[in-house]
Amino acid sequence: MAIELLYFAWVREAIGTGREQVSPPDTVATVAGLIDWLALRSEGHARAFADRGRLRAAVDQAFVPLDAPLGKAREVAIFPPVTGG
Amino acid sequence: MTRVEVCGTPLDPAALLAGLPPTGALATFVGRVRSDDGVTELMLEHYPGATERALRAIADAAVARWRLDEAVIVHRVGAMAPGEPIVFVAAAAAHRQAAIDGCAFMIDRLKTDAPFWKRERRGAEIRWVEQRGDDRAAAARWDQAPDESS
Repeated sequence: MAIELLYFAWVREAIGTGREQVSPPDTVATVAGLIDWLALRSEGHARAFADRGRLRAAVDQAFVPLDAPLGKAREVAIFPPVTGG
Repeated sequence: MTRVEVCGTPLDPAALLAGLPPTGALATFVGRVRSDDGVTELMLEHYPGATERALRAIADAAVARWRLDEAVIVHRVGAMAPGEPIVFVAAAAAHRQAAIDGCAFMIDRLKTDAPFWKRERRGAEIRWVEQRGDDRAAAARWDQAPDESS
């Protein structure tokens, strides 16, 4: 199933785009699994995802831990810890 | 009642203040770009859609917990200069403690629960701001059961 991926801040810069569409295999069941799979796509992806402790995620615009199931996610965002306010 | 907004143009705190209801207590906060340590520009990136949803959740939680008459969060995005407002937060209530606590809760939760990212420029040097541990601690202090005395 196609998933719309969104990247923000230095994750976006390392990957070189803020948005891409992917169709991961059925074996990819969690956000962490998706990140493992994405890390193989390019050097930029590998660099962005090198330190999982610095990554946060949202599935269909709701914040989730990295071990959250993907379910029928349509939009997954991967980004650094937030720094607003 | 809540009002949340993500804004690409300069905030006008006086105009926002004028739009609030005439309650007995009103607590407001304006966060501004610090001009210390040589920052020449601050860029705020956000996650459109998810940001508005997060701001609404924070404001709704403050209204419910402190029975506020109104909660307002207006957050700037894009490039801004030192001294410019980044965020305006207001809590209007019948009494002071609810207004002050409701406002402080929203400020603290903004730091941890809303998808914004700050990038500082100092001349030619550009750096993404790292989340601070004491920001997480400040937000977590509201996790305890509400204090019914307030």
